[in-house]
Amino acid sequence: MPDCDVLVIGAGPAGLAAATRAAETGASVAMVDDNPHPGGQIWRAAAGKAPQDAARWIHSAEQHQVEWIAGARVFAAPAPNRIAVEKFDGELELGYRSLILATGARERFLPFPGWTLPNVMGAGGLQALAKSGLPVEGKKIVIAGSGPLLLAVAKYMKEHAADVRLIAEQATQSALLAFGLRLAAHPGKLIQAVGLRAALLGIPYLTSCWPVAAEGKDKLEAVTLSRGERTWTERCDYLACGFGLVPNTEIAALLGCRLSDGSVAVDEQQQTSITNVYSAGEATGIGGLELALVEGEIAGFAAAGASARARTLFAARDRYRKFAEALEHAFAPREELKALPREETLVCRCEDVTLGRVRSCTGWREAKLHTRCGMGPCQGRVCGAAVEFLLGWKSESVRPPVFPTRIESLTRTEPPA
Amino acid sequence: MGKSYDVAIAGGGIVGAACAEECAAAGLSVVVVEPGPVGGGATAAGMGHIVVMDDSPAQIALTNYSRTLWMARAHEFPADVEYVSAGTLWVAADAEEMAEVERKRAVYEAIGVRAEVLGPRELAEAEPNLRPSLAGALRVPDDAVVYPPCAARYMLQRALERGAVVRAGESAAQLSGAGIKLRDGSFVPAGIVVNATGAWAPSLTPGIEVRKRKGHLVITDRYPGFVHHQLVELGYLKSAHSMTADSVAFNVQPRKTGQLLIGSSRQFGAEHGEIDANMLTRMLRRAQEYMPALAALTAIRSWTGFRAATPDKLPLIGPCPQDPRLYLATGHEGLGITTSLATAKLVADQLLHRTPAIPVEPYLPGRKQAEHD
Amino acid sequence: MINPIDLSVNGVPIAVPAGTMVSTAVALAGVTRFRRSVTGEARAPLCGMGICFECRVSINGREHCRSCQVPCENGMEVAADA
Repeated sequence: MPDCDVLVIGAGPAGLAAATRAAETGASVAMVDDNPHPGGQIWRAAAGKAPQDAARWIHSAEQHQVEWIAGARVFAAPAPNRIAVEKFDGELELGYRSLILATGARERFLPFPGWTLPNVMGAGGLQALAKSGLPVEGKKIVIAGSGPLLLAVAKYMKEHAADVRLIAEQATQSALLAFGLRLAAHPGKLIQAVGLRAALLGIPYLTSCWPVAAEGKDKLEAVTLSRGERTWTERCDYLACGFGLVPNTEIAALLGCRLSDGSVAVDEQQQTSITNVYSAGEATGIGGLELALVEGEIAGFAAAGASARARTLFAARDRYRKFAEALEHAFAPREELKALPREETLVCRCEDVTLGRVRSCTGWREAKLHTRCGMGPCQGRVCGAAVEFLLGWKSESVRPPVFPTRIESLTRTEPPA
Repeated sequence: MGKSYDVAIAGGGIVGAACAEECAAAGLSVVVVEPGPVGGGATAAGMGHIVVMDDSPAQIALTNYSRTLWMARAHEFPADVEYVSAGTLWVAADAEEMAEVERKRAVYEAIGVRAEVLGPRELAEAEPNLRPSLAGALRVPDDAVVYPPCAARYMLQRALERGAVVRAGESAAQLSGAGIKLRDGSFVPAGIVVNATGAWAPSLTPGIEVRKRKGHLVITDRYPGFVHHQLVELGYLKSAHSMTADSVAFNVQPRKTGQLLIGSSRQFGAEHGEIDANMLTRMLRRAQEYMPALAALTAIRSWTGFRAATPDKLPLIGPCPQDPRLYLATGHEGLGITTSLATAKLVADQLLHRTPAIPVEPYLPGRKQAEHD
Repeated sequence: MINPIDLSVNGVPIAVPAGTMVSTAVALAGVTRFRRSVTGEARAPLCGMGICFECRVSINGREHCRSCQVPCENGMEVAADA
């Protein structure tokens, strides 16, 4: 395909907004996502159908002739202004004038005894499976971890007749109350929160509570929870557990964009440290849907050269950023969670490496070389955030392929001269 | 000034670790200075192929001696060293290379290295994923593969058990026969100093003829049984030995995990460790020419490393002519893992005035090096 | 079910609605062990979004496919913990 003016990586809210706004200015725009449908994780299609908010943006992107490349993941940047993507049955190279990285976030998983059992999933993980048709009706579900996502997942599960036993939120009641006060300054958010609370009626929401062990023979049968002095066991079919979100920064790192505190660093036009490479949404810091949308819009305008139009959205972005800061503060994982894994608990699920073995190393590189922690196909996407939280080690540099890739895809394109 | 050691070794790669183990076993007091993780340089970047190579008589002598040392120790290694006696298949694509197979077999037979010639059908049976209609191969069954970082760690651990000391996280700034000056300005005095810093050796011992030769490798997800032997094209002899041009060769190794390591590339003049997309593509294309089914396998990682290359393709093992207390143990090019154990023996033999099992002269730093091509 | 998709999981036929991911089809087929870890543990999807690689299965003979990212297609042969 011919080079496009603006290439957007990621079709979640930030990517959709960016692609739409860039296309509105007349730019030729293409949008790539690993998933088969646009919408990202938050607007994941259920039974092939996108939720209403998403549908509006998707429709708008379609109207403006945004080219949609589904089921494609970026694995390399073989030349300046070019990226290589792999699909289930092939590979292609895409050229661009401007690139927008709207790569979103993933859940932060923290290891605890039994967390590798089947049916222990991420909170978003269980929701994704349910949206793809996994029946949850009548299933006993414990939702645990941290952040607003737990509430959204609980709401979805309840609407689909699941038996949600409780929500275990690790943050303290006082942190959440403080956050609630901040919410009052954001009417939209408040309505959302109230709406959620109504939907959640009847589900215990326990703060300062977390899972200490998942139990079961071949699959999950029960989870042991801890809250203050109290420890008890809940029988359940699924444990949906995620401790907040971490930005996906691999592609940005591959391109050499500066990262700051685990996120892609951007200027006021959402431009990264590399000219003509922009980033928006969760990749630039966890901030929620509204912030992702407005950042995406700004990035879309800016990448298409309409910086004046981008500027009109700065004030809105500032408001949502304040909210994001409060969110991060309220739901930051507590120190006590570092004591969840035992020495024999696996940290790296690809290579089955225990915490004890990782801890015996002096740092990431030694752990990789001597224990293979982080060396499996997930390339440290799961254990990386856990090790950073537990041991304070930051992940190392990124090399192509940034995603496991077929050998043929790595060799099909002509090598640069 | 701190305690003086009998031997101070700069570099905790597999060569430094083997030297430490050997010297400590001989009762010497040993210190190893290593800025990064043990076996974190070329040791981690290499494949870990224990192989007899017959590029020159001195190379055969060294690799065969060292492989014998590996074989004798195979039983003692912990599981994470992943020693597997997989054997090497030197793959011949055509009649010309088959003639080379015959020549090679005769050379190996003469020194008592087991080797057998496989015809086209036997080769296809031994490695069904190779492309059809290859001419044959030489099978060297006692060649092996190891996981080098853990092998290095094991050797260093053995040295520590015998009283050696590791100055981890510290860098050597300057070497002399009297000791190692560290980056922080402190000095580690020693009777003998060994420069075992691989491709970085010239920065500590200026003037030695060691150059960086960059290589790329790719590792796949787990596909147990896809490949059984270490597979190397005999065209390797034509391509990999050129001292001037960048080259790639088909070289695939089965790991104990079921993963495949895919190589190899050789480049002079590349100073930076980044992946070179062009070399990676060339290397993987070459691999697919020999093994088309590789195309559908998933690569999960690629990386680069720097071999320490010398003009005559032989390592530098022994005292520097200008400073007899400063030893070199570098310049192993792509054979550092194989020859680490023999290197350690030869270093210890020289500094203890023991009679070495093979003549040391071809590897002495003071030798006259003829450009080898 | 409108336009069901017919595929097989570990040799057993199953029909699923259009838009179903292979991961869900595997779960619907009653399989809880998607793969065995390198030390032999039973594993199943964790992230649901294609990054954890726990849901890997073989699809039409191709190993190590992330079942949560692949929509079901007619005639697909899926092998979990093969």
